[in-house]
Amino acid sequence: MTTMDWTRARKYFLLADFLQGFRLGLKYIFKPKATVNYPYEKGPLSPRFRGEHALRRYPNGEERCIACKLCEAICPAQAITIEAEPRDDGSRRTTRYDIDMSKCIYCGFCQEACPVDAIVEGPNFEFATETREELIYNKEKLLDNGARWEAEIARNLELDAPYR
Amino acid sequence: MDFFDTNFGIFLTMLGQILLVTMILLLSLTILIWVERKTFGLVQLRKSVNVVGPWGLLQTFADFIKMAVKEIIIPAGADKAVFLLAPLISFVLVLVAWATVPFYADEDSTWIIADINVGILYILAISSLEVYGVIMGGWASNSKYAFLGALRSAAQMISYEVSIGFIIVGVLLSTGSLSLVDIVMAQDGAYGFFSWYWLPHLPMVVLFFVSALAETNRPPFDLPEAESELVAGFQVEYSSTLFLLYMVGEYAAIVLMCALTTILFFGGWLSPIPGIPDGVFWFVAKTLFFFFMFSMVKAVVPRYRYDQLMRLGWKVFLPMSLGWVVIVAAFAQYGVPGYARW
Repeated sequence: MTTMDWTRARKYFLLADFLQGFRLGLKYIFKPKATVNYPYEKGPLSPRFRGEHALRRYPNGEERCIACKLCEAICPAQAITIEAEPRDDGSRRTTRYDIDMSKCIYCGFCQEACPVDAIVEGPNFEFATETREELIYNKEKLLDNGARWEAEIARNLELDAPYR
Repeated sequence: MDFFDTNFGIFLTMLGQILLVTMILLLSLTILIWVERKTFGLVQLRKSVNVVGPWGLLQTFADFIKMAVKEIIIPAGADKAVFLLAPLISFVLVLVAWATVPFYADEDSTWIIADINVGILYILAISSLEVYGVIMGGWASNSKYAFLGALRSAAQMISYEVSIGFIIVGVLLSTGSLSLVDIVMAQDGAYGFFSWYWLPHLPMVVLFFVSALAETNRPPFDLPEAESELVAGFQVEYSSTLFLLYMVGEYAAIVLMCALTTILFFGGWLSPIPGIPDGVFWFVAKTLFFFFMFSMVKAVVPRYRYDQLMRLGWKVFLPMSLGWVVIVAAFAQYGVPGYARW
């Protein structure tokens, strides 16, 4: 004859596990919430955060990029396309600088490879679009990003500088 | 002769009542869905809906509009007529079941669309028919997941309907009437809260609540639409307005079950404290409380496995409710107070 586990039977018929869970649930209703109110408040970002790309300029307005194509070479997703020509003053500049953001894996190799800190991944992560076409960034768009995010990018680079 | 005694007048009155109940039901559904989302959001330590409208109250309207304006996709292999009919059936049948739910009654008036003397049988019959909406939808989709979900749903709803039936029989034995108004009136005692049927029928209240969870395919018994194994079960191929109909129908069925719990065991519109007047407020408050319980169960209980569900239905609930019917019958025969009131 098998023995009866009375403790287990009592717990089963008195719904002990359910009541315990229910009490825990009620307690959690009044706990402070773990989520942030996203569109209105955002979580903190590291200075090393790798978000949307930007092409920077020197303070005098000159483009930093010298078309060395190191970023194009290192890009593991082959998302970067660069074409270059000497400019009228003889300096070597890009005529085309495209990043396919739908290919990019945000590894940050491009900004590591860049000898002049021209291509950087900025702190912006809200650049969702409605079409894929909008995600193919050209030079104009990237320079525009650089102008828009320069303050934050410069601050982040400065904050991260001691560790490099 | 009064206008409202003519055939046309009676027709207009009925139409008005039906529209009123349907409108109030559907409008309160939007708020109840908000209550549910908020409840299990808060339990899961999330802020939950809070953007659209004050405290996110209009979120449900936004969702409904979004669903209504989306494109209806009918799978190429689907049986088009049945596919379109199925959500309509499950939606209409739930609304139809509300016809015999009494909201309030006193000596002068009864707040009910159709005060028929077999109201509880009618609701039981209609809620048994609801399974057809699910089966038809799952079959007509011509998709494996939808079909498996529909099969599960059919077996589950039928299993738990049996024990729901026996639980109701216990209440009916105590009342001696099949009319929902009489069932509530029979609970009108001198002790307020403690003269309702939940006390003499205590184990059955829990059984009824759990069976109602299974009957409406709610977690922890939401196996027909188990996301982790069947994607979305019987409604996997549904989109847009058709999905909306399924969803609204499902929630209306849940509220119906909450209202039924209130009527059968918790004294409907009767006030819990003697001296405080009865009113429709109590009915709404109790139904809302049980809806909150439904949401809490969804938040805290993990999903059952299918064989556990069937075992619970046939090997625990059925013997318990059947035994309870015998006990109540014996108590009623020998006039034990609380069990025989007629």
